[in-house]
Amino acid sequence: MDSSQPETDDSAAPPIASLAIPVREPTATTASEVVFDLRDVDVYYGSTLAVEGVSMQVYKNVITAMIGPSGCGKSTMVRTLNRMNDSVPGFRVTGEALYHGNNLYAGDVDPVEVRRRIGMVFQRPNPFPKSIFDNIAWAPRILGLKHELDERVEKALRGAALWDEVKDRLKSSALGLSGGQQQRLCIARSIAIEPDVLLLDEPCSALDPIATASVEDLMQDLKRNYTLVIVTHNMQQAARVAERTAFFSLDVSDGKRTGVLVEYDDTEKLFTRPDDKRTEDYVTGRFG
Amino acid sequence: MSMSALDPASPLTSAGGNLRRRRRVDLLMRGIATAAAAVAVAILAIVIVSVASKGASQLSISFLTKDPVQGLGTVGGGIASAIVGSALIVAVATAMALPMGVLIAIYLTEFSKPRTARPIRLALDLLNGMPSIVIALFVYGLLVKGHQQTGFAAAFALAIIMIPLLARTTQEMLLLVPRELRDASHALGISRWRTIVGIVLPGALGGILTGMVLAIARAAGETAPMLLLCSIFSTSTTVNVFGTALPNIPYIIFQDSESGFPADYARAWGAALVLIAFILVGNLTARAMLARKRRLMSR
Repeated sequence: MDSSQPETDDSAAPPIASLAIPVREPTATTASEVVFDLRDVDVYYGSTLAVEGVSMQVYKNVITAMIGPSGCGKSTMVRTLNRMNDSVPGFRVTGEALYHGNNLYAGDVDPVEVRRRIGMVFQRPNPFPKSIFDNIAWAPRILGLKHELDERVEKALRGAALWDEVKDRLKSSALGLSGGQQQRLCIARSIAIEPDVLLLDEPCSALDPIATASVEDLMQDLKRNYTLVIVTHNMQQAARVAERTAFFSLDVSDGKRTGVLVEYDDTEKLFTRPDDKRTEDYVTGRFG
Repeated sequence: MSMSALDPASPLTSAGGNLRRRRRVDLLMRGIATAAAAVAVAILAIVIVSVASKGASQLSISFLTKDPVQGLGTVGGGIASAIVGSALIVAVATAMALPMGVLIAIYLTEFSKPRTARPIRLALDLLNGMPSIVIALFVYGLLVKGHQQTGFAAAFALAIIMIPLLARTTQEMLLLVPRELRDASHALGISRWRTIVGIVLPGALGGILTGMVLAIARAAGETAPMLLLCSIFSTSTTVNVFGTALPNIPYIIFQDSESGFPADYARAWGAALVLIAFILVGNLTARAMLARKRRLMSR
């Protein structure tokens, strides 16, 4: 953290009054088991340093949000957690990205197995051009989870709060669903293979407010069984859903633009009594 | 400034001599280019019309269902054996070329890096431009010299001609499958290959079949391979692709058109009409399918 930033004394500084965002009750997260332990992680695309020096821990059964302005590397960071960036030419990670103590980028790690355990939901709903049933059942079939497949599909759809809406048309195309339904279908598809972690990369940015609310409600249900990491450019959303929030920003120096993790704390604290001036500027809308 | 002063308020018409000349040249060149484009369409129309008018009198049920009558200049009989032979040769060629072409396309879109993809694409383009007589000669040396002509040898040559076509059209269709679908599959812990088989290929299936039809239409009319590899045959219908040369439409056209007897010459036009009818219908249907597929996938 930049030492030139003015130190903010927690006890003395009043909460930022202009912040009218309701914040979730803080939960005791420190006692929780660590799922991701990032130690001084740098991400490069070719010779460009995209994200620098990220150190943070993501806890089990907690919703962790990553917020920040466009280009600050929050999407890059979350895609680094399940090796979705492997196919990007020149992508490279230094430092340690530990998942349950195992380095995700160790030489003998199979990225397919990583993604089997760490699922991902994308910005735009991306259902397969198959039936609703096959969207859910396709991956379990391939992964050898064929036993009681119908039950698995129903459970996944119930888990994604979609069952009642689609139970009578499981054989019809998933492309006929609305955007919000498609996104919940994508979540159902992810949880059908019972992953350990669910990464959500701006899952609501293509959805209307009602669909957004349904996905946010769903996240609260899901955290009982899964660890969730959500990237969002919507601060209110982070405040509504996440217990822990990481604020990323863009460090512009020598003409280079590098994403940095500015502050990572309980959401309530980050939004009301941030330690860093940059966080305060961002969450109060004074950014830039 | 030594240039003559331009009066901004003068009328905006082509009154000046220089401007009028420039406009005439402009119109003339535009007319020539338009005429050239019209000629291309006219040539196609003239070829089709002349083949149709000369071949139509030959067309009959027996022309399509009867084998040729033995001997030069004989009247009657049909080209059934050649239709069957051509269909078989093209079918065997497709069976060989389609998997190859699709696998090449998969390699190019899913696995290769730009450094390796570029020379492979160049090689495919060069192979596509290779004269068919050269390919025929190559296959002649490989399969026929020292053995005998077979339908398979002709199919082998046609397969070589079809591979670049199939690979390039398939590649184009695979690129149209949205990246998001591949991401979705990878994020479920599905391996590369299962993603290709389960998501990418089904998504591009319509386009791949269209490319197949186009390649078949191209191969069906190739004559040079038939001259060298499949021209000494009995006139009766046979399905023995591997053992003997098969009668085929391109060679029938070649043979009958130069025999000198009016009946044979007329039969050549009839066979030509059958061939281009097949190719035109295949081509147009395939293109319509391809256009529809593109529209649907780039929504």
